[in-house]
Amino acid sequence: MLGILWTAMICTAILFSCANGTAVEVGNAALEGAQAAAELCISAGAIICLWCAVIELMRRCKIAQALARALKPVLKLLFPEAARYESILEPLSANVSANLLGLGNAATPMGIKAAKGMARLSHDGRASNELCRFAVLNTASIQLLPTNIAAIRAAEGASAPFDILPAVWISSLISVAVGLIASWLFARAAG
Amino acid sequence: MSVLISLAVPMIMALTGISAAVKGTEIFPALLDGAIEGLKTVRDMFPVLVVLFPAVYMLRASGALDKAAEILSPVLSLLGIPPQTASLALLRPVSGGTATAAAAEIIKSCGADSLTGRTAAVMLGSSETTFYVIAVYFGAAKIKKTRWTVPAALCADAAVFISSAWICRLLWG
Repeated sequence: MLGILWTAMICTAILFSCANGTAVEVGNAALEGAQAAAELCISAGAIICLWCAVIELMRRCKIAQALARALKPVLKLLFPEAARYESILEPLSANVSANLLGLGNAATPMGIKAAKGMARLSHDGRASNELCRFAVLNTASIQLLPTNIAAIRAAEGASAPFDILPAVWISSLISVAVGLIASWLFARAAG
Repeated sequence: MSVLISLAVPMIMALTGISAAVKGTEIFPALLDGAIEGLKTVRDMFPVLVVLFPAVYMLRASGALDKAAEILSPVLSLLGIPPQTASLALLRPVSGGTATAAAAEIIKSCGADSLTGRTAAVMLGSSETTFYVIAVYFGAAKIKKTRWTVPAALCADAAVFISSAWICRLLWG
């Protein structure tokens, strides 16, 4: 899938370069792109390592678990069916708290556990309304500190890489709200 | 507000350190282990970006991205979205690596502190690789009928792109 996209992008570039007479630029761009990727990885990589260090300390002093506990009442409102089972609510809240803190590696296994539990509640291999809502919630990013993008901005010389934070928070909130409203409308339409 | 945001990262570091000290967690070994984890993230990121960046750069150099922006610009400017971010909006739900490459290219060519550069950053930071997430969760739960998940998730994505553009224009326009 990604391979097809990659090939299609390059073929499109070749076609356009013939039409626009930009053959030289496209030829150079292949090499420049690889160099730019390496430069970005090195300058953004150090920031990513620093952040991972802080995140690991958070994990070891169980901040994520505390946040997960605090989230449970909210999640009970959003997922009343699944919340009746502690075995689903537990990974569900762990998933959302890990997502908020940007612990991507921890969020996915917990989310899969919660999704499996929810799938067991509906037995016919069809996604329940709550499982769909859960997937939509996960596709709408809800990260408190988008460190990767801040690292990229820092690497490209932003004066204050984190000054986009309020915009990211508002935008994330809107996307979660729209996702949940759309889920509610679609679920009603589906009956 | 701006002081708080400037100090957000140091404050989080300090609070984490204090809470670890209070709980008696060993701080320094945890930090070093975490940084090594981070190195693994960078190692995984490196090959993906090295392969995908040239494709995005070639598209940009060929003029294809400008053409796409030109075609989409009536719709995008109606919605208040900078036309240069068209490639990012189209690639974001499909591939995280390609979207990162597209955003980094926009940030580099327009400037990190420009309105378009900021908009691209906010778009990338407040969205997810929708199709990947859905595939992972429903694949693991062995569910074939995803019902309305994809349209609902794409509504949320569209909301992200439009709201990012508007908020950035409001704050830095």
